Amino acid sequence: MIRGFALLLLFQLCGEFISRGLDLSIPGNVLGMGLLLLALMSNLVEIKWLVEASELLLSHLALFFVPAGVGVMVYSDLIAREWLPITVATVVSTFVVMAVTGKLAQRLETQEHDDVD
Amino acid sequence: MWTELTATPLFGVTLTLVAYMLAQVLYKRLGSVWANPVLVSIASIILVLKLGDIEYRNYAHGGDLILFLLGPSVVALAVPLYQRRLQLWKRKLPILVGIFAGALASILSACGLAWILGGSREVVLSLAPKSVTTPIAISIVEKIGGVPPLTAALVVMTGCIGAVCGPEFCRMIGVTSPVASGLAVGTAAHGIGTARMLEVDRLAGAVAGLAIGLNGLMTTFLLPILMSVTQF
Repeated sequence: MIRGFALLLLFQLCGEFISRGLDLSIPGNVLGMGLLLLALMSNLVEIKWLVEASELLLSHLALFFVPAGVGVMVYSDLIAREWLPITVATVVSTFVVMAVTGKLAQRLETQEHDDVD
Repeated sequence: MWTELTATPLFGVTLTLVAYMLAQVLYKRLGSVWANPVLVSIASIILVLKLGDIEYRNYAHGGDLILFLLGPSVVALAVPLYQRRLQLWKRKLPILVGIFAGALASILSACGLAWILGGSREVVLSLAPKSVTTPIAISIVEKIGGVPPLTAALVVMTGCIGAVCGPEFCRMIGVTSPVASGLAVGTAAHGIGTARMLEVDRLAGAVAGLAIGLNGLMTTFLLPILMSVTQF
């Protein structure tokens, strides 16, 4: 468990180092995910070292967003001022994205399967 | 003494965990998607802070400790990706095309609608990366000239909508495969949507996790191009 957490933090730190060093707009944790994936694929890191820690974190992923959401209260005035464009754009666009991505991906997926068959 | 106590990390961490625990109990009892634990905990914590006249920055001393765990959790998404790499590699075309189309649709529909409804330039730009995970969205908005705190709020709003309605909406429009529905919710609603998909199906959750990173990358590159094409 400790080994898993240490590895996750170590890869996040490496990602953070690259992100800041090269002044990238991709955050360190996303780079860390990419680096860990590469390390797993090149057998530098064994998957069994990580399973326990990552399962624990990922099964509570939703919890970690709660404090960020509470931060909304600080900007309630800003949102109240332009609530109509903000609300409509956010809600409608979220459904548009799900429909576009979901439908397109499913169509391409079935096409590829048909080609194989 | 009360004010002093609420400024300790102990208060923020305890309040968040208790609120989340109660929200999970409520979610299981009601069985309604609207009782989404993230949404209910956020609302009830805000209510407690308002009623108790507690400042957000005091709560944040504890809140930030919990938020810290988001970092290693994003790194941990490499584990389900690695475990399902063969299934995902076989579907690389639908995955890449789906996320690209979603990133484009997100920018165009969010900015277009806000612009038509008379949103200010700041609001329109702040909406552009609303489907991108918070840390990437903030760095994008700083570069294009929106309002980073507003973007952070919009990103969380978007995530909650996707988490609450995503799986049901996908079923309604006939998107039934785990890969396609995971992509849809992950691309639209980043980490909060991914958390919900991990509960629904592990493969869908792994794909959603991949979509967080790829949508972030694609939006980062797409936005400056779209802005120069539309001369916005």
